Amino acid sequence: MNMPDFEYHAPETLQEACALLAELGRNATVLAGGTDVLHKMKTGKLASGHLVSLKRLGELRNIRSKSGHGIVIGALTRHNEIYNSPLLQELFLSLPMAAHTMASNQICNLGTLGGNIVNGVPSADLPPILIALKACIRLVSAQGERSMALEDFFCGAAQTRIVPGEILADTTIPEQSTTGSTYIKFGLRRSGALAVAGVAVSVTVDKNILREARIVLASSAPTVMRARNAEGFLRGKKISGKLLAEAGAMAAAESRPRDSIRGSAEYRRNLVEVLTKRALRKAIDKGHI
Amino acid sequence: MSQVITDKNGVKRYLITINVNGDSHSLLVKGNAILTNVLRDDLNLTGTKKGCELGDCGSCTVLLDGKPVDSCMVLAVEADGREITTIEGVAANGQLDDIQQSMLNHAAVQCGYCTPGMVLSAKALLTRNPHPSEREVREAIAGNLCRCTGYVHIVEAVLAASRGEITPVDLKEGDSR
Ligand SMILES: Cc1cc2nc3c(=O)[nH]c(=O)nc-3n(C[C@H](O)[C@H](O)[C@H](O)COP(=O)(O)OP(=O)(O)OC[C@H]3O[C@@H](n4cnc5c(N)ncnc54)[C@H](O)[C@@H]3O)c2cc1C
Ligand code: FES
Ligand code: FES
Repeated sequence: MNMPDFEYHAPETLQEACALLAELGRNATVLAGGTDVLHKMKTGKLASGHLVSLKRLGELRNIRSKSGHGIVIGALTRHNEIYNSPLLQELFLSLPMAAHTMASNQICNLGTLGGNIVNGVPSADLPPILIALKACIRLVSAQGERSMALEDFFCGAAQTRIVPGEILADTTIPEQSTTGSTYIKFGLRRSGALAVAGVAVSVTVDKNILREARIVLASSAPTVMRARNAEGFLRGKKISGKLLAEAGAMAAAESRPRDSIRGSAEYRRNLVEVLTKRALRKAIDKGHI
Repeated sequence: MSQVITDKNGVKRYLITINVNGDSHSLLVKGNAILTNVLRDDLNLTGTKKGCELGDCGSCTVLLDGKPVDSCMVLAVEADGREITTIEGVAANGQLDDIQQSMLNHAAVQCGYCTPGMVLSAKALLTRNPHPSEREVREAIAGNLCRCTGYVHIVEAVLAASRGEITPVDLKEGDSR
């Protein structure tokens, strides 16, 4: 398979990488694990004059707790590092479990959290659970840095708010009152398949009352989306099977899936209904976050 | 950054040093060279197979710093300074690795195209987890597609290897196996 030509750069520091990206402008593509970039280059969907590899930026490859702020995950952290992280397993188990639903072992040893986010596709498995957990991202460029809620980052099919010259540095999961969360993905195969539909939820339960619920849908709209009608409907209500089923139906109604080779829009909508109900139940019962 | 050499046509090549199966190799590669091709074409290690070239089939699996990756999804320059194990590096001193031997014992090989990748995925699993469950074996090889043997014999072979249930077989010349 043909790989187009490009010039390769591997800056030593984040500052150097930012300066290089500022200089190269739109003609440069950031390279992390490469599982999406190389795929696109080989299939002719991406041509780029310059690839700027982040491989030397070890500072972006870690998972650490920041007291009072939660957990910070560097953008270069690989899926298997998320899955195997004792810190995440202890504090936010639903994220390692979501990483475990992804791709194959071989891809999970290459693909990074940053790439999964910046790639911007609605089928990406990590953004939904991160949004359910109120994650924020930090973008760094030669001009400085800015932070935003991850849910504000996605703005259309494969479109995000990152601008040329910016590098996603890390993602922070804040300390929170959430009592349970989970991500349920339905793929056509247990391993290595993209989501036909996926639902991430987080709940805050207090004496059988749902104080707060976040419902985030994957592969069910042009971007990852929150099912806000269903969330609003659940707020302050007493938990019952009927309530969760109704929330599932509402999430399905507000989803905007499309037909694709992996499933029809109708099938996806049905999946959203069932998976939302199940995910809420699991997050309420299991309690892990 | 690895040393860059620009030829008279302006094409840049990068000097990389990779350790493959215990041997250090310094090579000049173009920025767009894919690790699979460098292993096969420059180092003549053709045990690493090419199938889909898009990360789906796992036939190009090698161990990068001990972890299985699809070498078709890795730029050779990105492997600079790292340790690689290919299928050629699995047998030691002319002796098959237990997984290889077990795959022969269990007839877990037909055309053999998936086998190098399968063995490396299994090898990485048994190194990390010497006594995996069947489920763990299936998960570890889920990124390795086999189009002819099917997975039952392969899974049995890996489990048998993990239990040390190996029958050495003397392959004689002309043996039809
Ligand atoms: C066989 C196969 C199976 C897959 N299965 C799944 C799956 O089940 N679920 C899933 O969600 N994904 C899956 N993927 C997609 C892919 O592996 C993931 O999206 C992965 O997380 C991408 O990370 P990467 O580091 O490889 O990204 P790269 O390919 O390096 O980059 C992806 C994009 O993000 C940009 N980028 C990367 N890092 C940064 C950064 N720090 N700052 C700014 N821009 C950046 C790049 O410029 C590029 O546009 C699969 C891919 C393959 C090939
Ligand atoms: S050839 Fe690399 S995964 Fe198929
Ligand atoms: S033995 Fe033929 S593909 Fe597996």
